[in-house]
Amino acid sequence: MYKKKENTIRWIFTILAFSSLFFLVGITITLFISAWPAFQEIGLFEFILGREWYPTYDPPDFGIFPLIMASFLVTIGAAIICVPLGLGSALFINELASQQQKALLKPIIEILASIPSIVYGFFGMVVVAPYLQKLLQIPVGQTAFTGSLLLGIMATPTVCSISEDALSFVPNSFREASLALGANRWQTLTKVTIPAAGSGISTGIILGMSRAIGETMTVLMVTGGAAIIPTSFFQPVRPMTSTIAAEMGEAVVGSTHYHALFAIGLILFLITLIFNIIAELISRRYRLKLGLGR
Amino acid sequence: MELNTKIEVKNLYFYYGRSQVLKDINLDIFEKKVTAIIGPSGCGKTTLIRLFNRMNDLIPKTRLEGTILLDKKSIYDPKVDVVEIRRRVGMVFQKPNPFPKSIFDNISYGLEINGVSDRRKREEIVIQSLKKAAIWEEVKDRLKESALGLSGGQQQRLCIARCLAVEPEVLLFDEPCASLDPISTQKIEELIRELKKEYTIVIVTHNMQQAARVSDFTAFLYLGELIEFGETEKLFTVPQNKMTEAYLTGKFG
Amino acid sequence: MNKKVKQNLGFLLLFLCILTTVIFLGLILYFIIIRGYSVLSYEFLTQVPKKSMTAGGVAPAIVGTFYLTLGAMIFSLPLGVACAIYLSEYSPQSFIINIIRISINNLAGVPSVVFGLFGLAVFVKYFGFGVSLLSGSLTLGIMVLPSIISAAQEALTAVPQSYREASLALGATLWETIKRIVLPTAFPGILTGIILSIGRVAGETAPIMFTAATFYMRGYPNSIFSEVMALPYHIYALMTEGVHPEVQTRIAYGCTLILLILVLSMSTLAIILRQRQRSRTYYGT
Repeated sequence: MYKKKENTIRWIFTILAFSSLFFLVGITITLFISAWPAFQEIGLFEFILGREWYPTYDPPDFGIFPLIMASFLVTIGAAIICVPLGLGSALFINELASQQQKALLKPIIEILASIPSIVYGFFGMVVVAPYLQKLLQIPVGQTAFTGSLLLGIMATPTVCSISEDALSFVPNSFREASLALGANRWQTLTKVTIPAAGSGISTGIILGMSRAIGETMTVLMVTGGAAIIPTSFFQPVRPMTSTIAAEMGEAVVGSTHYHALFAIGLILFLITLIFNIIAELISRRYRLKLGLGR
Repeated sequence: MELNTKIEVKNLYFYYGRSQVLKDINLDIFEKKVTAIIGPSGCGKTTLIRLFNRMNDLIPKTRLEGTILLDKKSIYDPKVDVVEIRRRVGMVFQKPNPFPKSIFDNISYGLEINGVSDRRKREEIVIQSLKKAAIWEEVKDRLKESALGLSGGQQQRLCIARCLAVEPEVLLFDEPCASLDPISTQKIEELIRELKKEYTIVIVTHNMQQAARVSDFTAFLYLGELIEFGETEKLFTVPQNKMTEAYLTGKFG
Repeated sequence: MNKKVKQNLGFLLLFLCILTTVIFLGLILYFIIIRGYSVLSYEFLTQVPKKSMTAGGVAPAIVGTFYLTLGAMIFSLPLGVACAIYLSEYSPQSFIINIIRISINNLAGVPSVVFGLFGLAVFVKYFGFGVSLLSGSLTLGIMVLPSIISAAQEALTAVPQSYREASLALGATLWETIKRIVLPTAFPGILTGIILSIGRVAGETAPIMFTAATFYMRGYPNSIFSEVMALPYHIYALMTEGVHPEVQTRIAYGCTLILLILVLSMSTLAIILRQRQRSRTYYGT
């Protein structure tokens, strides 16, 4: 009878759905379990605020403060690049471009978004770093600045497409009302459209930064890899992601080093989670504000 | 003339979450007659008609008290098969909602899911249904084209044909002309008058003239309560209730 | 400053923003195509590496990337699409389900290197699959699972509720409605999401670094438990290991070009699909 079949199908879907959820919950649990010994052996405080990262010395030092600083430095640098570029591009596409220009530019942004990070890393290593080294007369081209530049370009499409969505949700009646009052297009843009799309735009910026801080291959290849607390943009640094990628191959399974790398992974996981939750909350409030529901 | 009750609503209460939408409704729908449900928007008429084929089951957090009988059997009995109920009680929605398929497949779909496996037979029924829904002449040369290319009025008649194909006993119309132009509306009304020879019809409308033109019986609903029910002619000429009179004369609504 | 001048300056600024973005894309493509093109040859695409990576081709890396992507998709497609169908068609509306939806969206933003760690701890060590095609595929599969679920769910929610109602009102069961009406309507959208995921999986490096990839192989992987070469990891390895940096950089250009062609053709395909679908669908009035 068909009711039996319907029920069987419902069960199959329920089981498949929960097994994928099981895997996703598994990640969080695994990270916690594998990171836990590190906090026990090193101490949470010494781990996060320790200023020395020499995991293979005897005795080793496991302070990830320089790595955290490096990650933030590179990410802030990336934000300085991707926010104006992404937002400016979104505004151009949404407010100024003709239909044909739009039809050309939007796919270009999408293509930019789909370039794998290894390609950015490779490009940074063989083209950008040597060029910057010569241009700026610095000893090495692989610096925090190089990383920021490439991550900034990489995060631009994220910022651009989310901002673009937010801008296109602003009702045209807002713009018309402003123009009808005698404001010109620029005034309408800065005083009406951008504020109306504000929280959507900030969602885009947060997600762009979240992407930058979690990016691995690019920073691994272009930031040089010195685990010291950065004092300038133009020196090599070692962000959290590249530390994991570079050292996991050598770390002995079960050693403090191994667990410490998982602990870095856990911290990264939590940072990006916080970024994403903030973005989610903002976009939720924003949808309510414009009456878009849900 | 003898009247047979097709659907019987008894002491019906209905809730969305905590808010009560329908209150103590008692109503008889007679076989092979057109019953119109009228009332100002938000009075619960759409909610009521969607209860007749259990479409409100799809909306979470709803609750029903009382009973609705179809041919003397409760349709909300836990043992009752909801799929069977919906096959017997067809529905035409406010907005025309053809599937993004060809005209032919739109109608054939209902037959396939109801087990008409013979293709020849399906073709026959499709043509019959299109003729019954008075749209055959307009679409006979383009049965393989997408139904989304039809005009709104044509789409609505296609949806009616789609309903007819599965041979329901009752047809529910939920404001079928709400999004249509006057000429399409007129065609649908003619069609309803034609269809009542074979089917029991319930139509929800906010358009009083439409109710007067097509229905034999009218129920007036206000704020979730059934204010008055009776033969259309009587209800429109000598309403028993002051509220009905006020509504019919346009004092509110 | 004059209102008009200000406006013109502002517009110029916006134009410069988009110009910079486009120029950067152009520069990347230019360098990689120009320098990679000369490396490409029939031999490069079909031969195994020779003379410690200084000669021969990169066929095992291409094949490896293909296997890894295929494996990841075999694992994540059925699970992801089924999960999306469950969440959007079967699951009751409840607080818990909402939390699940939000968590899935958030997991899509977790850095890929974190997924690599997970794969290492669970598949390589705990299950003992070792550094292998299987571990890498599973890791990549779990990495794209949230994106596939989100994309499929979005496509399913875009199917007008009125289609479902119409089908159910005709006496169709829930599964018939899903199979015959909902899925066909959502299919182009789901497909677009899948193609984008394929592109992403093919280009990922961090998750396979410690779960599947190896720098050098004489031949092709012969079981799901063998290590594999993969294009993205191969590019990294060529640039950071080995003793012939100049020749290796040349080869890396070739690999990058192949990878770009693979990934960009996927995203172009997705873009074209989406545009065709947009121009074709119009949901009545």
